[in-house]
Amino acid sequence: MKTALDIVYLVPLLPLLGFVVNGLARTILSKRAVSVIGCGVVLLAFALSCAVFVEVRGGAQLATEYFSFIRVDKLSIPFSFQIDALSTLFLLIITGVGLLIHIYSAAYMHEESAPHYARYFSYLNLFVFFMLVLVMGGNYLVMFIGWEGVGLCSYLLIGFWFRNHEYNRAANKAFIMNRIGDLGFLLALFWLIGTTGTLNFADIFSGASRLSTTDVTIITLLLFVGAAGKSAQIPLYTWLPDAMAGPTPVSALIHAATMVTAGIYMVARSNVLYALAPVSMYVVAIIGLATALVAASIAMRQNDIKKVLAYSTVSQLGYMFLALGVGAFTAGVFHVMTHAFFKALLFLAAGSVIHALGGEQDLRNMGGLGRKLRLTAATFLIGCVAIAGIPPFSGFFSKDAILLSVFVENKMLYAVALLGAMLTAYYMFRLYFLTFSGSFRGTQEQATHVHESPAPMTIPLVILALLSFAGGFVNVPSVFAAGAEYLSAFLSPVIRAGEPPHIPHSTEWMLMGLSTALVLIAILIAWLQVRRERFPEPQGLGKLLANKWYVDELYENIIVRPVHRFGGFLQTSVEKPVIDALVNGVGRAVNYGGRQLRLLQSGQVANYVLLMVISMLAIFVLQFFLRK
Amino acid sequence: MPINYYIFLSIALFCIGIVGVLTRRNAIIIFMCIELMLNAVNLMLVAFSKMHHLKGVATNAAAGSEGQILVFFIMVVAAAEVSVGLAIIVMMYRNIHSVDVNFLNRLRH
Amino acid sequence: MSITQILFWFLSVMALFSALMVITSKNPVYSVLWLIMVFFAISGHYFLLNAQFLAIVNIIVYAGAIMVLFLYVFMLMDLRKTTEPMKNRWIRLAGAIAGGCLLLVLVAALRDIDIKNDVAQVKTGEIGLIRNLGKELFTTYVVPFEISSVLFLSAMVGAVMIGKKD
Repeated sequence: MKTALDIVYLVPLLPLLGFVVNGLARTILSKRAVSVIGCGVVLLAFALSCAVFVEVRGGAQLATEYFSFIRVDKLSIPFSFQIDALSTLFLLIITGVGLLIHIYSAAYMHEESAPHYARYFSYLNLFVFFMLVLVMGGNYLVMFIGWEGVGLCSYLLIGFWFRNHEYNRAANKAFIMNRIGDLGFLLALFWLIGTTGTLNFADIFSGASRLSTTDVTIITLLLFVGAAGKSAQIPLYTWLPDAMAGPTPVSALIHAATMVTAGIYMVARSNVLYALAPVSMYVVAIIGLATALVAASIAMRQNDIKKVLAYSTVSQLGYMFLALGVGAFTAGVFHVMTHAFFKALLFLAAGSVIHALGGEQDLRNMGGLGRKLRLTAATFLIGCVAIAGIPPFSGFFSKDAILLSVFVENKMLYAVALLGAMLTAYYMFRLYFLTFSGSFRGTQEQATHVHESPAPMTIPLVILALLSFAGGFVNVPSVFAAGAEYLSAFLSPVIRAGEPPHIPHSTEWMLMGLSTALVLIAILIAWLQVRRERFPEPQGLGKLLANKWYVDELYENIIVRPVHRFGGFLQTSVEKPVIDALVNGVGRAVNYGGRQLRLLQSGQVANYVLLMVISMLAIFVLQFFLRK
Repeated sequence: MPINYYIFLSIALFCIGIVGVLTRRNAIIIFMCIELMLNAVNLMLVAFSKMHHLKGVATNAAAGSEGQILVFFIMVVAAAEVSVGLAIIVMMYRNIHSVDVNFLNRLRH
Repeated sequence: MSITQILFWFLSVMALFSALMVITSKNPVYSVLWLIMVFFAISGHYFLLNAQFLAIVNIIVYAGAIMVLFLYVFMLMDLRKTTEPMKNRWIRLAGAIAGGCLLLVLVAALRDIDIKNDVAQVKTGEIGLIRNLGKELFTTYVVPFEISSVLFLSAMVGAVMIGKKD
C-alpha cells in the first residue's frame, strides 16, 4: 500500500496536466469542460496534500531525488523534492486557497470567450504547478525553477487582457523588477556553490556553521535581494500596485496569497543561514518595517479599491519580513497563513463588488452597498476585522506574535510597528466604510444593476471568512491556553532557530490590550472621517501620499529614461554602423564576388586559350620543379 | 647537331605561335599561328626521328622512320583542317561582315 | 664552325625572325608572306636533316597550297588594309607574358635531362629518302594512309557544305 508521500510528485504534476490539456485544447473545449478540468486537478492536488499533511504530522518526511539534473565535475545538482513540515504547510495553503480561487474564477471570468477562458485556466494551473515546485524543492536550484516560473506566470496573468497596452506595461514592469531580484538570487546561488560546493538544503544547513560569517552574510543578503523582488519590498515594490491590472482572482491568488509569499518561504527555509548572520537579519527587519510603514501610508489616500488592497499586501509582507528579521520565523510563517486567508477573502470580495457594479473600481463612486450586497459586505467586514488584528480573529494571533517578538528585540521598532498596525486598521476600515456604508455615489444605471454574486463566487467567500475567523486557533499563545501552540510544534523540526521569547504573562496581556485599543481608536477615526463624505483635492502630505511618494516618477527619471537613452544610443552607434554593416557587408561582398567571377565567362575564345596556357604553365611548373 | 638545339628552337617557335593566338584579333591570323605551332612540332619530330635513327641504325635500317611518317600525317590533317576552317570563317564573314574574334562571344551564354 | 652549323644557325634565326614578324605585322597579307618565309626556313632544316621528302612536301603543301588558300580568303574579304584594331593592351601584355613564361618553363624543364650527348644526324642517314619512307608508308602504315584519303574526301564535302549559300 503506497503512502501519500510516495506519490507526492502527483501534486505538482496534476496542475501541469491541467495546463497542457486546457492550453492545447483551448479551441475545442467548452467553458464548462475547461472549468471542470482546471478546478478538478487542483481539487485532486488538494486532497493529496491533505493526505500528505496527515502523514507528515505523524512524523514522516521525504527527501527524494527524481533524476540527475546537473552533473559537472564535482558539482551534482539533482532534481529533488523535500517534503517536511514547512513545505507541507505551504502545500495546503497553495492548493487549498488556490482551489477556492479557481472555483471563484469559473464564475468571475465567465464573460470571456471560450479560448481565452481556457487560456486563463491553463495559466492559472501552470502557476500552481510552479508554486508547488518552488515549495517542494529539495535544493535551491529546484526552488529557483519554481521561482522563475511563478514570475513568468505572473507576467502572463497580469497581461491577460493583452489588447490593453497599459496592462502590458504593467506586466513588463512586474517581470523586469522580478528579474532584478532574481539576479541577487542567482548570485547567492553561485556564492553557495563556490563556498559549499552544493545546493542541497540538507547538506548546506548541516554544514552551515563551517562557513565564515562574511560568506553567510553575503549569501543571505543576496537571497534577500531576490526576496525583495519577488515579495515586493523596498525598493522593488512598485510593480505590485500596477499588477492590479490583471483579473481580480489573479490578484487574489498571486499577489496576495501565494507568489508574494515565496520570499518569506525562502527566508524561512534558510533560517539556519540567517541565524548565523545577524547583520542580514537586521537588514531584513529594517527593510520590512520601512516597507510596512511606507505602504500603509500610501494606502491611506488611495481611491481605487484594488490599489488599497495591493498596498495593504505590501505592508503586510513587510510585517512578515520584520518577523523573520527579529528571529520569529514561526510567527512570520503563521502570518503568511492567516494573511493568505483574509487577503484572498478581501480581494475576492472586492471582485464581487466590482462585478456587481459592472467594472467600477473607484471608491468615490461607491457607497451604501452594504444593503444590497449583504453577503459580500459581511465577508468583507470579517476580512477587515481580521487584518486589523481584533481578537479572536486570526489576524490578531499572528500579528500579535510578531509584535511580541519585535518588542523583545527592540522597543523602538515595536513602537513603529504599532503605528503601522494603527494605519492598517485605519485604511482598511476607511475602505470598508467608503464602499459599504453611507449613500450610493455612483450612476443611476449602476444602481439598478447592482446584484449579489452567483454561488460559485460567494461560497469561496464564506469559506475564506470562516478560515479568517478560525485560522488563528492553530497557534494560540500560552497566555490563553498552555500547549496550544500547535503550529510552532509542527514547524519545530524545520525551524531550528529562534526560540519563543520569554516574557512575563502580565506584559503580554498589556501589549495585547494596547494594540487592540489603538486599533479600535484607528477604526473610530476612520469612521468619523468617512462620514463627512467629502473628497477634496489632496494637498501637502495628503498629496504626497496619494501620489505614492512619487517613487514611480523617481524610478522613471533615474533609471528608466537613461536606460532607454542608452539603448537608443547603442542602436544608432553600434547596431547600425557595426552590426548591420557587417551583415549587409557580407551580402554585398558575395554579390560583388559573383559579379566579378561572371566576367570570366566572357565568351572570348582568346581568354579561354589564355587560361589554358596559364594552366599548362602551372602544371609544368608543378610537374618539373615542385615535385622534389 | 646536339638535339637540345632542335628542341629549343621548336619550343621557341611553339611559344611564338601561342603568343600570336593570344594577341591577335583577326581570326585568320590566329589560324595561321596555329599552323606555325604545328610546324614547330613537325620540326621536332623530324629531329627526334634522326636521333633515333642514329642510335638504332645498326639493328634496324628503318629505325626512327615513325617520326617522319607522323609528320606526313600531321600535314595531311593540317591541310584538311585548314580547308574546313577557312570555309567556316568565310561563312562567318558572310553573316557578320567581320572576322573580329571579339564579336564571337556566344559562348558567354 | 663547319658549314653545317653555320647553315643551322642561319636557318634558325631566319625562322624565329619570320615567326615574330608574323605575329606583329599590322597588314595581314604581310603576315602571310612572313609565314611563307617560316615554312621555307623549316624546309631548310628538313633538308639539313636529310629528310628530303618532307622538305619538298612542306614547300608544296604548306607554302604552296595552304598559304595560297589563305591569300584567296584574304582576297575574298578584301582585307588589304589594316582594318583590324588592336586588342586591349592588357590582354596583349598578358598573352605575351604567358607565352614567355611558357617558353622559360619549358626550357628550364629540359635543362636537366640527360640528352646532351644525343645527336640528330645531319646530312646523312637514309631514312629521309623517298624510297625508304615510301616503303614504310605502304607497308606498315598503309591503313592510316588509306584512311587519310577518306579524311580528305570528308573535308572537301564538309567545306562545300559549309560554304553553300542556303
